[in-house]
Parts: sequence; structure tokens; C-alpha cells
Amino acid sequence: MAIPFVYNLRSMRARWLSAIVAVVGIAGTVGVFCAMLALARGFHATLVTSGSPQNALIRRAGSSAELDGSVSLDQVKVIEDAPGIMRENGQPLVSPEAVVIAGFNLRTTHTNANVQVRGVSEETLKVRPNIKIIEGRFFQPGLAELVIGKNVESTYEGLEFGKPINFGGQTWNVVGVFDSEVWADSRVLNQVYKRPENLYQSVTVRLDSPAAYNQLKDALTADPKLTVEVDRELDYYARQSQVLTTLITVLGGLVAVIMGIGAVIGALNTMYSAVSERSREIATMRAIGFAGSSIAISFVFEALIIAFIGGLLGCLFVLPLNGYTTGTMNMQTFSHMAFAFKVTPPLLIAGIIFALLMGIVGGLPPAIRAARRPIALALREL
Amino acid sequence: MKFLPLLLANLRRKKLRTLLTVGSFIVALFLFGFLAIIHGAFSGGVDLVGIDRLMVINKVSIIQPLPLSYKDQIQRIPGVKYVTYQSWFGGIYQDPKNFFPSFAVDPDTQRLVFPELVVPDDQWNNFVADREGAIVGKRTADRFHWKVGDRIPLTAPIYGTGTWEFNIRGIYDSPREGIDLTQFWLQKQYLEERRTFGKGQTGWYTVKLDSSDDSSRVIKTIDDQFANSPFETKTETLAAMAASWVKQAGNIEFLIMAIGAVVFFTLLLVTGNTMSLAIRERLGELAVMKAVGFSDRFVLFIVLAESILVAVVGGAIGLGFAKLMTVLGDPTGGVLQTFFLPGSAILLGIVCAIGIGFLAGILPATTAMRLRVVNALRRV
Repeated sequence: MAIPFVYNLRSMRARWLSAIVAVVGIAGTVGVFCAMLALARGFHATLVTSGSPQNALIRRAGSSAELDGSVSLDQVKVIEDAPGIMRENGQPLVSPEAVVIAGFNLRTTHTNANVQVRGVSEETLKVRPNIKIIEGRFFQPGLAELVIGKNVESTYEGLEFGKPINFGGQTWNVVGVFDSEVWADSRVLNQVYKRPENLYQSVTVRLDSPAAYNQLKDALTADPKLTVEVDRELDYYARQSQVLTTLITVLGGLVAVIMGIGAVIGALNTMYSAVSERSREIATMRAIGFAGSSIAISFVFEALIIAFIGGLLGCLFVLPLNGYTTGTMNMQTFSHMAFAFKVTPPLLIAGIIFALLMGIVGGLPPAIRAARRPIALALREL
Repeated sequence: MKFLPLLLANLRRKKLRTLLTVGSFIVALFLFGFLAIIHGAFSGGVDLVGIDRLMVINKVSIIQPLPLSYKDQIQRIPGVKYVTYQSWFGGIYQDPKNFFPSFAVDPDTQRLVFPELVVPDDQWNNFVADREGAIVGKRTADRFHWKVGDRIPLTAPIYGTGTWEFNIRGIYDSPREGIDLTQFWLQKQYLEERRTFGKGQTGWYTVKLDSSDDSSRVIKTIDDQFANSPFETKTETLAAMAASWVKQAGNIEFLIMAIGAVVFFTLLLVTGNTMSLAIRERLGELAVMKAVGFSDRFVLFIVLAESILVAVVGGAIGLGFAKLMTVLGDPTGGVLQTFFLPGSAILLGIVCAIGIGFLAGILPATTAMRLRVVNALRRV
């Protein structure tokens, strides 16, 4: 016969301190676990929103990042004629782009950070239809105007919508806010940075369909007029941040594992103490006819309740982090990258599952011990 | 110390509980050590670079070059002892994810400005004599199992396609911990010969001053001298520059403090709870001890000692594991600049463990001290 649920609730109320300790331990662990995941997810999301499976990125063969690529206007013309590229009114959707680094101060520490500024052409919005202007408008070609990402706005000093900012010896007006990095007209940017006109670092093209990628790649790599490398935009962005992604997942994962072990030990300790404190009660219940298995189930159940409450609390702690912007240095691109924590429902569910897992691991051994204690011995201990 | 057997007997009473409590401390202090290691890796020796060195970069950004002609002009500024220059080479070994920083350096002045990066003299002379020579930091050498004399092919996408072959002529190390041992140096002449653009330019200058008191004046002199030229400069102390790089890496400090605080608070609760449980079980015994003449203070002492003993043993093992981890090597495969556990962190860890042991024990210990013998014995 099963032990009524209310027994667990009452016993937790009677030993509220122990229960709170276990709850807090699990809440802390789940909180850290979810925060790490939210960080990794936010980082990933920033990369992905700036990439589309239907886009391909073309840069000089051998260049590891856009920053050290170079593509001339002649080569851009050749690329424009390649097959697989989407056309609108006969115009190929091709965006030659220039990338530079500018120093801005971080809002948090007022110290310098290297921010990537991307020079794009008017075509770029058609190449990247997923880009949405949130506030203001897109820059006008030929003018020293910027559109900035919303994470950028909250991360760096001076980059504010509607305000002028000085860098590279030029005053720029911030005319729009969207959800990417910092964009300007590539021709203006090349001029300001005293770089040769008509020289770009990469070319992003919109494909007819994601499947047209291979067609384009084969055509471009076979063309003797070009020495270029073609990548899917998403692959490119993922590879560019591989080192950082490894760092975040390995270090974050390790911290979560260590904390998980700690929380399991804490839960074990709490549940064992509960069992030994209650040996009299347990023996009495056994004596009046409850089976050992019902007692074990009851204890596991109690551990699960504690774990669930802990998990829920941990998730609640993490919720306010959603949208909190932070940034980090990507050595591969030599630039600082702003991104926001992203707390999503699947992530919270993962946190709760993690908590319940800790509850089972921490609750099962003490429960088995409780069920196995000889009745006579336990009663004699009184 | 004659009460040690009593202490140990008490701990042996519930072996599992003692083990679990020690286990919590092991985990917590291991985590503490691990966080200290990460913190060290991200601060990349910021505390260690002197303030008597300046870095001169292009005002626009660090990726814009400066002319090599600036070297003599900077050298002439009073207060400047040595000037050296470096260029980012961006060398890649086999795969871009095998990242390590690589610079073209000036063999004549490199060692004068960076004396803390120690290269044996014979290795250095071989490097200087070999146009294709390279010096590599110990951590990077270990990571790819490079030895002196090896021939290493790198690609350098910044400078176009093609492979650059290098002979490893030396390995630099540092007597101090926390120094970046991942750099790869090549000769600037080799780069200068092969580069197809940007000849006569360099990435940045590093200036060694006669005295650090002079730094703000020299910074201003340098920047004023090149103001309104096509290549304006921005000069900062190496310490300030390193600090801004660290801050770009994100607010690691806050993250570590937050995790650390959560863990310590939890640990405090867990051990405090266990300790008070252990004492509650033993109230009768403690009352008997008092009845036969042990003082209140002794009872306080014995309870506190038990709690602190558990904390110290667990803490020491945990920190030992963390130390062991640094010996085994870095889990990210050499991405971190440094991977070591500083002595100060070990000390702080032990102090924290003792502190938690004390806090966890103080409440049950005072209860035990204040215990009225009559009441306690009545319950037996």
C-alpha cells in the first residue's frame, strides 16, 4: 500500500531547514546550468541570425576570416554571372562587403573594445531579407551613416540611435537600429579607412534555394578567373567562432558538471540525514504493515519534490537574465562581439530535467537504505 | 591534541555522512580552484606586465599598420629606453581552430623589451642567424609536440596563399607563472621579404621606459608627435592595454564571483545543517561530558574543531585535485593562454574552507555550550 503524499509534505514541513538546504543547493546548480546554456544559446543565436542557409559567402581562397580576405570589383562582376544566384528584375542579389575594426569603449568598464564594422551595399537587404530595421531607417548610400544592432547599442559607449559618433577620423550618424552588428556603406567605409576603392573582403550572395549552393560552388571554384573559397554563410559563421564556442561549452560544461556532483552530494547528505532522523518513524510504518518498497518510493518521491522545487526556483532565477547583453572577444576574427543571454522554454525544461535527475541520484540510495533497515533493530534504537 | 582520538571517533560514528560532507567540501574547493584557473587564464597575466612599458598602436584600430620609420622617432623621445615592434602574422597550423598568436618580431630589440620571456642564448643566436627561424612559447610547443629543430609549415591567410616554412630554433619559457607561453615569433625580415603589400609597415610598437613615473608624459609626447599625420597613434601602458583586452573577453570576474557565491552559500547551508543534526543526535553525550566536569568552552571547542577538521580535509583534497588538473593539462586543448593555479588562490581557498567550517559549526557549537545538563539528561 502506498504511503499518502501528505506524509511527505508534512515531514518536509517538520524538517523545513533540511528541505530548504536541499532546495537551495539544487536551485543554485540548476541556475548555473541554465545560465551557461543561455549564454551558449545567445552566442549561437547571434551567429545564426546573421546567417541564412540560403546565403553563401565567397572570399579569397586561403583567407581564414573576412578580415584578411580581398575580392576585387572585377571578381565581383564574375561572381555576379555565376549560376545559382537569385535574381530580381535581372539584377543578381550579390553584396560585396568590406569589414574593418573600430575601437569603441565598453559601457560596463569604459575600456576599449575592437568592434567589427561591416561595409555593405544597397543590395544587402535583399540578400539578407531576415534583417529587420527595428528603429529608424537604413543608411543612405554615399553618406557617412551607420545602422547598429540593438545589442551593440547597449554594449558600447557612444553608439546610440540618433547620435553622431566619431571613428576612423569621420563623424558618422547613427540612423537606424536592427538586429545585427554595425553596418555602413562599403564605399564610404573604404574611403574613411584609406583603402583602395572597389576592393572588398567578402561577397555574400542570395541563392535560388539552399540546394543551389553546390552548383554555385562548383562554378566558382572551377572558374580560372577566380581563386575563391565558397562557404554556406552559416557554416562560415560557425567556424569563425569555433574556438569561442569550444571555450564556452567546455568550460561551462565542466562548471555545470562539478556543481552537479556537488548538488548530488548535498542531496544525498540531506536525504540520508532525513532517513536516519526518521528511522523510528520508518520502523513504525513498517511495523504497521507498509511494505519496504512503498517506503522507498515515498522517499524517492520526497527527493523528487525537493528537486523539482529547486529546479523551478533555479529557472526563476535565470529568467531575468533573458535579453541581458554581454560581449566577448573572438580572437579568430580579432573583434569583440556583443550578444544577449537567451533563456528559452526548452532550456528551462532541460534545467528541470537536470534537477529531477539530481533528485533521483541523490534520493534513491537513501530510500533503499530506509526500506532495508531491519524493523526490530530500528525500533530498539529508540 | 590528546582529544584528536575523540574527534576522529565522532567522525567515524556516521562514516557515510562524514564522507558526504567531506565530499561537498572537495567539490566546492575543486570548483573554487577551477574558477581561479579560468580567471587566471582570462586575465592573461594582467597583474604581471609592468607599467614601465607602452604599446603604440594606430589610432584608428589595432589592425591598421604604422610606418616602420616611427621607430627611430620614438627612440629619440627622452625617457624611452628601448623600442621594439611586432606585426600580427596570423599563422595557422593545419587548422584554424589550432589558434595561437603569432607575431613577426624584431630580433635586435625583442628581448630587451620582453625580458620575462626567456630564451636560452644559444637558441636565440640560432634564431637570429636563421631567416626562417622561429621561437615558440612552451605551451604551444607542448601542444603540438614541437621540438627545437623541427620544420613547421604554417599558412598565413593575411599575406595570401602559400605555405610558410619555419625552423623551430628556440622555445621560450618564463620563470614566473601566469605569463602567456603560447606565442609564436618569426623574424620580421622574413615577413618583409615575402609580403606583397604593406612593406615598410608594422603592426605596433612596444616601448620600454627608463622609469614608469614618466609614462604619462611619454604617452603624450608620442601621440602629439604623430598627431595630424596619416598615421596617428594611440599609446597606452601595456598594463592598460592588457586590461582592456581582458575586459573585452567579457565580465568573467562577475561570472566567477556569482558562481562562487552560490556554491559557498549552498555549502554553508549543507554543512551547517549536517553539523547541527550530528550535534542534536549527540546532545545526551555532550551533557554527560559536561556532567563529569568538562567545561562549556571545551564542548564549544570540540564541536567547532570537528566541523573545521572536516572542512580543511575536504578543502585540501579539493584544491589538490585542482592542482592535479593543471598538471594534467588544459581541457580546451590549449586555447587558454595560461593554465595554472596561483599560490594565492590555494591560500584563499583554505582560508575560505576554514571560514565555512567555522560558520557551519558555530551555531550547533554554541547550542552545545549553552546546553543545560539537567534538561539534556532528562531527554535521554
